[in-house]
Amino acid sequence: MGSEHSDDTATGTSAALALKILVAGGFGVGKTTLVGAVSEIRPLRTEEQLSELGQSVDDTAAVERKTTTTVAMDFGRITIRSGLSLYLFGTPGQDRFWFLWDELSQGALGAVVLADTRRLEDCFPAVDYFEHRRIPFVVAVNCFAGARAYGAHEVARALDIDRGTPVVLCDARDKDSGKEVLIRLVEYAGRMHTARLLDSVG
Amino acid sequence: MNDDMFEETYRDVAAYSDGAHRGHEKRGSPEEPGSQWFDNEAGPLVRPYAMTGGRTTAGPQGAHFDLIALVSLDSAAPAAADDTALGPEHRSIIELCRTETQTVAELGAGTDLPVGVVRVLLGDLLELGCVKVSRPVPPAQLPDEKILREVIDGLRAL
Repeated sequence: MGSEHSDDTATGTSAALALKILVAGGFGVGKTTLVGAVSEIRPLRTEEQLSELGQSVDDTAAVERKTTTTVAMDFGRITIRSGLSLYLFGTPGQDRFWFLWDELSQGALGAVVLADTRRLEDCFPAVDYFEHRRIPFVVAVNCFAGARAYGAHEVARALDIDRGTPVVLCDARDKDSGKEVLIRLVEYAGRMHTARLLDSVG
Repeated sequence: MNDDMFEETYRDVAAYSDGAHRGHEKRGSPEEPGSQWFDNEAGPLVRPYAMTGGRTTAGPQGAHFDLIALVSLDSAAPAAADDTALGPEHRSIIELCRTETQTVAELGAGTDLPVGVVRVLLGDLLELGCVKVSRPVPPAQLPDEKILREVIDGLRAL
């Protein structure tokens, strides 16, 4: 078993590495399905309890009440080799869990935004979120049976995403299709990263 | 005040499961009129932070372990047979790490405890020298081209 220390940057590539990929999108778009299709383990469910500072509506009271919220998250794992694993996290779909995204997206390699063309607007918040924070993402259009087929270009135009952001058609239930989505994301994340490095020196 | 906090928690669990079930037509879905929640559906019997003695943050350093921080055993970890040391939840974390290096998220799923609770327990174990916790690599230094190549090839080979 590889042992690692908190100062593992010095030891270089020998240290175990875990990479995080987020799977976002509207409620019921197939996030859990996608995580399950590519994960080598049955998607696990973990609960995160977070505290929020809720502000009292009544100004005169000026009381701040602390509440906690429990959110269930699905996650899966893909072992690339011993000491190098990908972890996929399905982000909670409801808007009221936005605050959790900040934690999830910290240190993430990138994100997959799953979209359903029958209700494309459901993925707008996720697109905005990742664009705003400059987290590399791909849009994966889950081709539900019975949904009218659109081309990737049409979806890209409808979403008005930055040129270059990949749009992939996929079947979230299919392992190979899910793999392809992840490959596109990792390739894109690599390109984005290189471009930023060049930007920062130039 | 604590009671209030926990009531809030349970309502939220209920609200979330409710929403999650609606989409998938789970059998015995709790929103059916007159139906009741039983066993696991009804939530844990012991309130989560009872296992941490009411503490909600980890250790004096207040370390916040990332979901994918890797946890492995350290020298002071008790032997498998030694069930006198530490509490049962601490021990189940150690046993999970004994088989394989675990992420914080996996420990949450493996112990069936909320991640917040796992973080507190990990803080204890770290202080006792029972585990080592790796910091995830900051994103800015992360995508080493060689590693990304490896990830892509690995995904293709799946």
